[in-house]
Amino acid sequence: MTMFEYAPAPESRSIVDIRPSYGLFVDGEFTDGTGTPLKTVNPATEEVLSEVAVGTDADVDRAVRAARRAFVKTWGPMRPADRGKYLFRIARLLQERAREFAVLETLDNGKPIRESRDVDVPLAAAHFFYHAGWADKLEHAGLGPAPRPLGVAGQVIPWNFPLLMLAWKVAPALATGNTVVLKPAETTPLTALLFAEVCQQADLPPGVVNIVTGAGETGRAVISHPDVDKVAFTGSTEVGRSIARAVAGTEKRLTLELGGKAANIVFDDAPVDQAVEGIVRGIFFNQGHVCCAGSRLLVQESVHDDVVAALQRRIGTLRVGDPMDKNTDLGAINSHAQLERIRELAAYGETEGATCWQPEGDLPDRGFWFKPTVFTDVSPAHRIARDEVFGPVLSVMTFRTPDEAVAKANNTTYGLSAGIWSEKGSRILQVTDQLRAGVVWANTFNEFDPTSPFGGYKQSGYGREGGRQGLAAYLRSDS
Amino acid sequence: MTHVLDPSALTGGGSLTGALPDPFADVTRSNDAFRAFLHGLPGVDQVGAQARVTQLGTRSIKSTAKAWAIDTAISMVDLTTLEGSDTPGKVRSLAAKARRPDPEDPSCPAVAAVCVYGDLAGVAKEALAGTGINVAAVATAFPSGRASREVKLADVRDAVADGADEIDMVIDRGAFLTGRYLDVFEEIVAVKEACGPAHLKVILETGELVTLDAVRRASWLAMLAGGDFIKTSTGKVSPAATLPVCLVMLEAVRDFRAATGRQVGVKPAGGIRTTKDAVKHLVLVNETAGADWLTPDWFRFGASSLLNDLLLQRQKLRTGHYSGPDHVSVD
Repeated sequence: MTMFEYAPAPESRSIVDIRPSYGLFVDGEFTDGTGTPLKTVNPATEEVLSEVAVGTDADVDRAVRAARRAFVKTWGPMRPADRGKYLFRIARLLQERAREFAVLETLDNGKPIRESRDVDVPLAAAHFFYHAGWADKLEHAGLGPAPRPLGVAGQVIPWNFPLLMLAWKVAPALATGNTVVLKPAETTPLTALLFAEVCQQADLPPGVVNIVTGAGETGRAVISHPDVDKVAFTGSTEVGRSIARAVAGTEKRLTLELGGKAANIVFDDAPVDQAVEGIVRGIFFNQGHVCCAGSRLLVQESVHDDVVAALQRRIGTLRVGDPMDKNTDLGAINSHAQLERIRELAAYGETEGATCWQPEGDLPDRGFWFKPTVFTDVSPAHRIARDEVFGPVLSVMTFRTPDEAVAKANNTTYGLSAGIWSEKGSRILQVTDQLRAGVVWANTFNEFDPTSPFGGYKQSGYGREGGRQGLAAYLRSDS
Repeated sequence: MTHVLDPSALTGGGSLTGALPDPFADVTRSNDAFRAFLHGLPGVDQVGAQARVTQLGTRSIKSTAKAWAIDTAISMVDLTTLEGSDTPGKVRSLAAKARRPDPEDPSCPAVAAVCVYGDLAGVAKEALAGTGINVAAVATAFPSGRASREVKLADVRDAVADGADEIDMVIDRGAFLTGRYLDVFEEIVAVKEACGPAHLKVILETGELVTLDAVRRASWLAMLAGGDFIKTSTGKVSPAATLPVCLVMLEAVRDFRAATGRQVGVKPAGGIRTTKDAVKHLVLVNETAGADWLTPDWFRFGASSLLNDLLLQRQKLRTGHYSGPDHVSVD
């Protein structure tokens, strides 16, 4: 019998024009950086895509001054409805140039084009639309009668959702009247630089958005600059902790969105086929490079074998490979360093006695790849049950009663998200109430919307992004 | 949970009419027991099912894969006419089209079957003699199923006697929706017996069952009763075949085979009009039930206008340009 083999369906990269080198975006213009430039590579092929400037303390200082000037002279005094118009314009431009952004994101990050096209870019545009609407309605947000902006926001974002995290940071900051100095991740700077072009295209006043590329040192310069009023960071708990230390004792306001080790809880009355989809979406979406990934699967013991069998069968149909192919489900690991970390933690899983399962199939020769992986027989004491892997690695544990499920789900130093699968509404409400997690999904997972606040408990950070609550992080309501 | 996924069951023997497959031998001992069994099947989350088919709908099927899909889809069509105005002439012209869907291209595969009302089964049989194309007849007081069991069984016997190779029956939706599952089951068993050698397709009329939970229960009921195929719709009720319904039915046949070793086919019918729709269904089959179902023996499209769109797309792939509706025959 002939098999239904899908022919390659590569998205064309001709829509993007990647320049051989990029400068920093400061005061509305691209300027040279004074640091040694870094190269950004396509993680699926290891091809060098471009050379990107590195911002030093002096460059960051220039950017913060520009942001301060814009805050005092143009953006701060502007009529809120006019600020809204700029944000609407940016949102529309993101939609108009959606394919360009999607292709560039996939090239620079390694995520499947299906995800950048259907999730990252549309959601980024949605965040700008949503916040554009808030710009002239802030006094009705329940944050005091006349909330005021903070000033200059220094923002540092991760490599897992480069454009989307930019939108989560920039849109609320601008809607509330602040100006921005943003540092994208060193491995994924390109869509932020394309966003800088969109700012120019939208005629955004110079200095309102400044983008300073670089690595850790540049980020440190942004968050520790004395004229920054607000620091927002998304990334690892380790770096978040050092930022909290650096900001402590200053006037700066701080929000942190850090790691996670989310429990995805499957009860015996779950809609099994949809639960399996949700488990797959929870841990293999974006190669598991998701801070709210459902990396701990808690299955009621009575259905464990059925669920694991169904899950393995489903994982067998995942299409791993070229991220630019429209039919790819699982793309490349973002960097060699991240691949090493995933390998290290997966190796711990085996030495500590868990059972490792991976589907058949080959991985591409070049680039950074890791197969979708399921560990069963995992104990809550194992490292793969405690440490954030940030990769396509699922740890399966069991429970017998709802109380045990809650206890095990909460037994983590993180608290960003959780999932519940059950057809029984009362159980969903009862268990949700007891989970210490910022987001709890019921019969779905990794679903995002700009109207819904996102953020963590415990070492997953503090502050919320999105929704009415997200505005509070960028406003002074003490007047 | 009755969701059994024991891979070793795959090697188990097939079932015979009248004897329930092994793990389920006693579930029909009473209506209460049968109800408990069917309601114990895992629920279906409507939103999740819709999300899954939407995601699979983005699969990009190009070049060689598309050519393969179009030819496979043509070979899976049950070319159908079910009108009050049907005549022997109309059925003969449909039969001619079934043999040679594209008169200008002999490499085009024939369809799987021609589907007609029972009184025209004899005409279709004669017109298709020697072609290997099956005659399918709708029966059991199609499409409503509102008649006594004697009348329904007589309807089936008539069609089989006139040469129908396949019988498309409708279930008693009234009985199903009032919870008389055993009545529905027994009727299917009786129809299967009346079919003799003819293959039995059981139409669930999912547009009247409405919920996906009900679709899963009806699918299991029909498979346990001995149906060779489960079919979505009569085509007379809207909505007819939808992708979420087809997804749930494919999950059901996949799980049923894993549990009993017996493979059952799936036939979405009604509302599938374009090549794009057909390809989406094939992707759904491929990634849900698996490649074993990607043959006309295990998957069919109940359709009429779909065939012409498949032919136009096939011509386009071969010639590089779109032709018009006059390049395919009217039915």
